[in-house]
Amino acid sequence: MNLFKKKNYIILDRRSEAPMPAPAEHEAPAVPDGMWVKCSHCKKLVYKKEMEPYSICPKCGGHFRLGAMERIAITCDENTFSELNGTMQAKNPMGYPNYDKIIAKAQQKSGILDGVVTGTCQIGGVDTVLAVMDGNFMMGSMGSVVGEKITRAIEYATSHSLPIVIFTVSGGARMQEGIISLMQMAKTSAALNRHAEAGLFYLSVITDPTTGGVSASFASLGDVILAEPGALMGFAGQRVIEGTINEKLPPGFQRAEFQLEHGFVDAIVPRPQLKDTIARLLALHTHKGGGF
Amino acid sequence: MNKAAEVLAASRKITRPTTLELIAAIFDDFIELHGDRHFADDGAIVGGIATLNGNPVTVVGVQKGHTTEENIRRNFGSPNPEGYRKQMRLMKQAEKFHRPVITFINTSGAYCGIGAEERGQGEAIARCLFETAGLKTPVISIFIGEGGSGGALALACGDKVWMLQNGMYAVLSPEGFASILWRSPARAAEAAELMKITAPDLLKNGVIEKIIPEPKEGLDHNLAYTASILKEELVKELHTLCQMDIEELLQKRYERFRKFGEFSE
Ligand SMILES: [Zn+2]
Repeated sequence: MNLFKKKNYIILDRRSEAPMPAPAEHEAPAVPDGMWVKCSHCKKLVYKKEMEPYSICPKCGGHFRLGAMERIAITCDENTFSELNGTMQAKNPMGYPNYDKIIAKAQQKSGILDGVVTGTCQIGGVDTVLAVMDGNFMMGSMGSVVGEKITRAIEYATSHSLPIVIFTVSGGARMQEGIISLMQMAKTSAALNRHAEAGLFYLSVITDPTTGGVSASFASLGDVILAEPGALMGFAGQRVIEGTINEKLPPGFQRAEFQLEHGFVDAIVPRPQLKDTIARLLALHTHKGGGF
Repeated sequence: MNKAAEVLAASRKITRPTTLELIAAIFDDFIELHGDRHFADDGAIVGGIATLNGNPVTVVGVQKGHTTEENIRRNFGSPNPEGYRKQMRLMKQAEKFHRPVITFINTSGAYCGIGAEERGQGEAIARCLFETAGLKTPVISIFIGEGGSGGALALACGDKVWMLQNGMYAVLSPEGFASILWRSPARAAEAAELMKITAPDLLKNGVIEKIIPEPKEGLDHNLAYTASILKEELVKELHTLCQMDIEELLQKRYERFRKFGEFSE
């Protein structure tokens, strides 16, 4: 089955063997096509050109959600990204009804094969492993493919003595894969334990929204945890909490600013400063030292 | 009622023996230890030191109650972050003093509330997964009733994971699953069947290694039956695990969780 038969393939990087499907032209959900878009934060109509290159509302500064390829484009040094495990696709371990159709639809919507893109790159001239989740693919839920690709990325970083940067966006474990998706939390966390034991640097970058099983595994385990302004980060979904406690949640609950106040993120970094901040942190953690 | 729904009902039965009752039936000299040293003592997680055939062990588990009053004290077996931090404190203590750890799991999931989020429920669970992966002492995890989501997994990252015959383990509750799939929580029995939550299903896909039988008359009527089998199995398994070189133990534990995932390339 070739889901992308009618679309053109692009090769993201010459070093990459695996072809990446081009993002579906009319279905990029973060920034709808057309000259004007309605900001989901301030509800005002904004001119699309004015949002570039960071997809930030020029009126309120609200950060629009980015797909993995858009994120890679604004994060990696030019032409340095080389994809790892780019052909991995989901199976149906639980026999979930119509899972193949759900996957095919998500692939078309997001332009990627599953919820994360991983690879190696340079950021500010520093070699690093990079994993970027994509909320356009089944809300960034973690099933076998996301868990395996992230684990392999971490293992690659460990065996090559490299740092790893992970951008998270996720609704949690992928219930369509049942208990196997829960096991991905243990798997990724164990891989990070080995990466940490090797004295290597892990930078977690929280983007909107990061919840459930991903917040309860690798997203919360960074040596340094950065968050984009306003990004939702939490274990339980807001409707679940409201249902449990029978009251409305206060404004700003579980947002990046709330997490900073409660001690669960190191810094909130607006998107235009994010690449530079990551580059500086990577440089500090790969510095050989010995100057004293 | 289908088989999975029967198991689900049995695993949630209010008379089902609790972690503290199992500890009393299996171990000797139990001394309960309290608190996470950061914020509070979570009644939903109990733990301490005991002996098994004269050897010191650390035991920790989720505690439910048999009455509403008890359950309020135990938060219906839904731990807060301080519960997971207490678990991890006791497990790190076990590592320091070279005691094996036995965990008992019986929770519908981690607590979903404002305070739990303010104190970092996600971080608390993540830390358990991360630290247990590197814990330099044997860990055996046993599902004695319900096992729901990440809140159960936090205690279930052992070298061996076992389950009592009527235990269950799922990524989310069958009610939640049914309401997402069919927009009808009432179809939970059907969802339970599809989700493969029972011990035989979990044994087949490698999520657990062993099923501990329960008596025909029900666990609540004859706990001694299951406790004696469990005690014998624990002694046997700990004998093997404690002989193992720590590096080999950790490698095997890593591989145990590393293997999960179905995909094509
Ligand atoms: Zn705006």
